[in-house]
Amino acid sequence: MSPRLRWRKFVSGFMLTMTGVCALVAVSVLFFILGYLVYHGGTSINWNFFTKLPTPVGENGGGMANAIVGSAKLLLLASLLGVPIGFLGAIYLAEFSGSKVAFVVRYAADLLNGVPSIVIGIFAYSLVVLPFKHFSTLAGGFALGLMMIPITLRSTEEFLLAVPRALREAAMALGASKWKTIATVIVPAAYRGILTAVLLAFARVAGETAPLLFTAFGNRFWSPGWNQPTASLPVMIFTYAVAPYDDWHRQAWAAGLVLLGLILVINIVARAILARGIAVPRA
Amino acid sequence: MAATTTVPSAGPIPGSRSFLSRLREGDEIARLITFLFAASVVLVTVLLIFELWQESVLPRHKFGLHFFFTRVWDPIAEQFGALPFIYGTLITATVSLVIAVPLGIGAAIFLAELAPARLSDALEFFIDLLAAVPSVIYGLLGVFIVVPVMRDYVQPALKSTLGFLPLFAGPAYGIGFLTAGIVLAIMVIPYIISVSREVLMSVPRDQREAALGLGSTRWESTWKVVVPFARAGIMGSIFLALARALGETMAVTMVIGNTPTISASLFSPGYSIAAVIANEFTEATGALYTQALIELGLVLFLLTFLLNGVARLLLVFTTQRGGGTAHA
Amino acid sequence: MKRIAGLFLAALVLVSLASAQALLINGAGATFPNPIYSKWFDEYHKINANIQINYLSVGSGAGIKQVTDGTVDFGATDGPMNDEQLKAFQDKHGFGILHFPTVLGAVVPTYNIPGVTVALNFTPEALAGIFLGKITKWNDPAIAGANKGVNLPGNDIVVVHRSDGSGTSYCWTDYLSKVSEEWKDKVGKGTSVNWPVGLGGKGNEGVTGQVKNAPNSIGYVELIYAASNNIPYGSVKNSSGSFIKADLASVSAAAAAVAKTMPDDFRVSITNPPGKSAYPIATFTWLLIPEKFSDGAKRDAMKGFLKWMLADGQNYAEQLQYAKLPKEVVAKEEKALGKIQ
Repeated sequence: MSPRLRWRKFVSGFMLTMTGVCALVAVSVLFFILGYLVYHGGTSINWNFFTKLPTPVGENGGGMANAIVGSAKLLLLASLLGVPIGFLGAIYLAEFSGSKVAFVVRYAADLLNGVPSIVIGIFAYSLVVLPFKHFSTLAGGFALGLMMIPITLRSTEEFLLAVPRALREAAMALGASKWKTIATVIVPAAYRGILTAVLLAFARVAGETAPLLFTAFGNRFWSPGWNQPTASLPVMIFTYAVAPYDDWHRQAWAAGLVLLGLILVINIVARAILARGIAVPRA
Repeated sequence: MAATTTVPSAGPIPGSRSFLSRLREGDEIARLITFLFAASVVLVTVLLIFELWQESVLPRHKFGLHFFFTRVWDPIAEQFGALPFIYGTLITATVSLVIAVPLGIGAAIFLAELAPARLSDALEFFIDLLAAVPSVIYGLLGVFIVVPVMRDYVQPALKSTLGFLPLFAGPAYGIGFLTAGIVLAIMVIPYIISVSREVLMSVPRDQREAALGLGSTRWESTWKVVVPFARAGIMGSIFLALARALGETMAVTMVIGNTPTISASLFSPGYSIAAVIANEFTEATGALYTQALIELGLVLFLLTFLLNGVARLLLVFTTQRGGGTAHA
Repeated sequence: MKRIAGLFLAALVLVSLASAQALLINGAGATFPNPIYSKWFDEYHKINANIQINYLSVGSGAGIKQVTDGTVDFGATDGPMNDEQLKAFQDKHGFGILHFPTVLGAVVPTYNIPGVTVALNFTPEALAGIFLGKITKWNDPAIAGANKGVNLPGNDIVVVHRSDGSGTSYCWTDYLSKVSEEWKDKVGKGTSVNWPVGLGGKGNEGVTGQVKNAPNSIGYVELIYAASNNIPYGSVKNSSGSFIKADLASVSAAAAAVAKTMPDDFRVSITNPPGKSAYPIATFTWLLIPEKFSDGAKRDAMKGFLKWMLADGQNYAEQLQYAKLPKEVVAKEEKALGKIQ
């Protein structure tokens, strides 16, 4: 073996090892994050965290019951806004629209998807908070819903388009109208994919903090109805993490664990649904 | 999102029935309803842009282009310049890319070229999960882990070895451009890996085999043939990551130091566009102050819009060339 | 799956209904009095179960802005609104807004220097110099001169200030403007100023957190934040030349000087007051209450709370390191309550 070749082999082996190291580093970051959160959050979490309201500043104890319910309400509203628009919009794109309209809608959705979350917050503030004269669950849900739309729309559309043409043709040949074909054949065939898309969009906005800062705002108590400011888990994590109180730090870790747990579980469920499901091409 | 690749055997069939029969069967109604929902997406997007433009009219008229080149941000004197925020945003994004690009592409090469398919898919699964971790959690870890480590170990070490460079001068606060850049790097690596891996995997097999057949080592075939072939797509993944890093708010706010300074030192505290909006939007008294923040939002929007556009073009370009179906 | 979703929905509706009985009043503003406000609103809710006052400490600047925008029912600040801001409120709503002092607090220089646990002495010149970025080392003669016998390290000073609009900043910069010409010319006073040096922390909470975490740092916070987090804070040289540590007595002494001459709108600055034992960086903190409420129930609840605050509420002040209002001011405020319609 010539020295030149030996050198080349060495370089090859070395560089390939380095790529492995890169992958190792990237993946170990996840395990580190998980481990640290589980360790810190796990030792911090207790029953009070789920059932009690926050205590006055500087006093120990209390929990984030109101923030948990607040987050649930926000996400419910967000889904009510984001899922129908995303889903029905995707049906239009995949089944009805001409290519020009589709281009415009897709373009708008991609644009919306790229808008930084803090800018969505500004938009929701001037569109909902100012006219209603209230920071509210409504405004927060609106902001999160806006972020769900493009994610749901684009992935739902892909899954609809991936439904084999033969299925459609069969249904239409049997005399079904187009919307019946969509409702009874196409959507059920893409069901798992769509569910995955919705779940992933949901998980994505569940941890969003920036758009809530000036829409949902915060609340030390339960938030009655939908037109009052509300506490939410992500904003509580932020507020508690930058504060000086050790007991708040403890609760921030606990909230972090709960939030991340929720998001990872949804992600894993979503992927599991897709993996077990119909033969949808990966693209 | 992906360029939609319509396989000939999938997708809708062009309609062929008469308008009346379609109306009777409800097709037209369904079409109209779904159209309204699709149109609302466009409407909301247009409204958002309009709102940003409309609501930033005061500072645009008062400061014009000076807004971008002025470094004073003084709410009392009503002097608003975006330069420190733009600087901070760009510097932190640059730092994050310097770290994330080699790591991310290295990992992507490993996953696409070396790892057995099973392992590659399993690792990809974990990396996708990493991409789902919310920004405020990265901020939490940033505040309690990265900042102390930077302050007590990394920054003193950098200072004692490379302290002669202006980049690593000044006191080690722990928080600042460098720390924000590192936290951002951790956040964008999954994006780079995910997209680059797909692009690399879409490079045709024969390219590699030809190179190996000509006597290249495995690394040479990867680095000199496969990577150049996928270059545009990899660039696309980097632009996507960059767009994400620019718009990132919470994690940056928690570790950047929140001071509008322009300093050559990476140890210096700074500010980013998204962070200043998060901190000051609820309290900006006076129309000019509020609108100056909204104009910053507009700048941020345009920046990310531009980068996302470039990224998409690059991705479409590679996947078409590769003939594969890459996922963006 | 559907059943779970149904249950979940039902639970949400129940929770919304159950709490819908209570009257919720929203307020936002200063972080400086947040420890006592959150205590007050908690206690008041215990006495009047049907009234919930939700106060969010987002900074005085935000308090002023949000009450002017009408997104909250009341605001809170520890830097009084200026004439322009008052006019903006009047123009927008057609009626004015009232300042109600609630307690007095002190802004203290707090620091974290490894190995130094004693209370340092700060001259006005040293504080101005540090925050102007001219004094950069802890062993600078301007600091060391007033602290003979303390072994100060030669480390870089890490300055921490507020990143948000803040009445604490207002009080601090108001004081620095009074004692330093250079500060007055270069920076001025206000809820958010163009800081020459330092890191920004969000709220009194954020600054305290920052100081607690960063060695060799100095920041300024309300007394209770330093005290309850066991971070040392320094004495400041007052106008009579003696070094005074902030406590209830020295803050009350500062208030006594203006108690008799309190203007009708309660907007007054008490930084750098005369008096041998007065702490120089103290301030009233105010609730900002609109003159008119469109909702009668809210108005009555708000007035009820203010009455309680001026009487029983004052008793909570001292355990949280705030000074009670002087009697003259309480009497004057009780009269002013009539202006709320």
